[in-house]
Amino acid sequence: MTNPLIELVDIEKHFGPVIALNGVSISVLPGECHCLLGDNGAGKSTFIKTMSGVHKPTRGRILVEGREVAFASPRDAMQAGIATVYQDLAMIPLMSVTRNFWMGREPIRKIGPLRFFDFQKANAVTMEEMRKMGINLREPDQAVGTLSGGERQTVAIARAVYFGAKVLILDEPTSALGVRQTANVLSTIARVRAKGIGVVFITHNVRHALAVGDRFTVLNRGRTLGTALRGEVKPEELQDMMAGGQELAELEGSLGGTV
Amino acid sequence: MTEQAPRNKPSATGGTGIVADERVRPISPLRRALIRPELGAICGTILVFVFFFAIARNSGMFAPEGVMNWGVVAAQFAVIAVGACLLMIAGEFDLSVGSMIGFSGIIIALLSVTWQYPVWFAILVAFAIALAIGALNGYLVIRTGLPSFIVTLAFLYILRGLTIFISISTTRQTIIGGVREVAAGDPLAWLFGGKVLGWLFVWLADIGLIGKFVAGPRAGQPVVDGIPILIVWALVLVAFGHILLTRTRFGNWIFASGGDAQAARYVGVPVDRVKILMFMFSAFCATVFATCQVMEFGSAAADRGLLKEFEAIISVVIGGALLTGGYGSVIGAALGALIFGVVQQGLFFAGVESSLFRVFLGAILLMAVILNTYIRRMITGER
Ligand SMILES: Nc1ncnc2c1ncn2[C@@H]1O[C@H](COP(=O)(O)OP(=O)(O)O)[C@@H](O)[C@H]1O
Ligand SMILES: [Mg+2]
Repeated sequence: MTNPLIELVDIEKHFGPVIALNGVSISVLPGECHCLLGDNGAGKSTFIKTMSGVHKPTRGRILVEGREVAFASPRDAMQAGIATVYQDLAMIPLMSVTRNFWMGREPIRKIGPLRFFDFQKANAVTMEEMRKMGINLREPDQAVGTLSGGERQTVAIARAVYFGAKVLILDEPTSALGVRQTANVLSTIARVRAKGIGVVFITHNVRHALAVGDRFTVLNRGRTLGTALRGEVKPEELQDMMAGGQELAELEGSLGGTV
Repeated sequence: MTEQAPRNKPSATGGTGIVADERVRPISPLRRALIRPELGAICGTILVFVFFFAIARNSGMFAPEGVMNWGVVAAQFAVIAVGACLLMIAGEFDLSVGSMIGFSGIIIALLSVTWQYPVWFAILVAFAIALAIGALNGYLVIRTGLPSFIVTLAFLYILRGLTIFISISTTRQTIIGGVREVAAGDPLAWLFGGKVLGWLFVWLADIGLIGKFVAGPRAGQPVVDGIPILIVWALVLVAFGHILLTRTRFGNWIFASGGDAQAARYVGVPVDRVKILMFMFSAFCATVFATCQVMEFGSAAADRGLLKEFEAIISVVIGGALLTGGYGSVIGAALGALIFGVVQQGLFFAGVESSLFRVFLGAILLMAVILNTYIRRMITGER
């Protein structure tokens, strides 16, 4: 069996009196798409922020390729190959695609003692990487604000992949998207996974999860309810676990099984 | 731009499975060249020149002396506008610019005239103190998380009050004169006072391109005897600011810090450092302004620089920058400063009541901002 890229064991996170996470464990294997499911407020965002160095866990261990680590900042996590596309902070809409793509890692061209942003290289790479992801940009200095939500997610994913992510975390990348754009993002996820990158795909939509997921972990009120393999679990079971079983069963009865 | 060009060429759809987006309209080169952040300021500049050419052509406004007259005023605005522009794009304001101008001027005059230190030393001390105050402004904004509007408003009062207090408690007046005398022959003062390229204007006068004085103590000398060094400062600062912003890594960080500080931090942009440095740069520009003014007038006064922060911000906004940060242009801000200078001096040349200056300026501000908003929406897809 291949070793996990990253493993989180019994993570707890408290915000003052609020227990956002109460013992959550997952592992991510190379080339798998690990779906993290859960209702709103289940702690999904908190959990992946712990994984990406934004929060320090109150308790629990994080192992990257078998070695225990403690991330002091998102920068640390990025250096360890863990890239995150946040729910709404992925891109800066006022800036061009190229400027966004290279933000924080701008290529440099030296002229004598002066150091300039190497736009020639930056533009060429950006166009090429976006093309690989299936998006033809009109021009690299097009503002991100002119892109659709799905395209923005794709720029962020392309950026993470280009800069050598081993684990790519996507926080609800499809929650604000239409049908067509969702399909594009899901196919982008499949493309990334094929490169051997481990993808953590967060969603509360079971159908989206089942479309690309290999393993499924359900979070409910800050706890994991276990991890299931693809083919071992039915959509209704996932749906049930997300909502905490009982209540949804009742709801479903009254709605005629349409949820 | 209504044509819907077909873009489903076979080459774009074949092979890789990439589908060219049929909803992306091709953009004509003319439109691409025109749609830029500075467009509002470019239009404003053209408008203002046409206007004054129509009403004040024969007033001497466009003769060499006239050009120097409004050129210097525009350069003054430009010097502080560059600092305000980069800071605004980085997402912050500095309302203490005007007070900083008065403060730095008094420091220089106090040290050099009243306490008789060398002028170069006084200038260096003024710059050091200004940079420290700029850094303090930035540090307080970052640490407290308060809007820079409030923090620098506090410094607007603190610095102005300190300036008047220091001036009165040491010299018992609010004006300190005699700087020109002590600055003669100083190794640093020339960088902020006087004129350059004097020989060029002597030559221009000799070949008859510009006039000479015919009478008086300066008879035989050209009517324009050089380019004031302030104009050189303005050009250098504008060029520096523009290249820094558009051509360097740091420039990208300025945009990112103002566009979305949190998103920038997540990818490792040192947002705090960028913002603090931009506050320092704003203070630097204010002190350049102050030093040039002290050298030109030969004196410092505690009330100098009143309202300059607003004039700088207005220039920047006319120039297409977004008040909330993340978007703007140094060239635009420089054109905004030019508009400001031309209007202020032009109404004087045209013999128009000077109170109309404000009316005119307000109208231009409004028009430029409306146009800028429209252009910005086109570029950035804001809705
Ligand atoms: N910074 C924070 N401070 C206090 N409570 C927080 C913070 N972040 C999240 N929480 C709480 O933790 C719980 C889980 O939130 P979150 O991880 O955002 O859920 P999800 O992303 O699954 O919708 C919520 O009850 C939320 O209010
Ligand atoms: Mg969330």
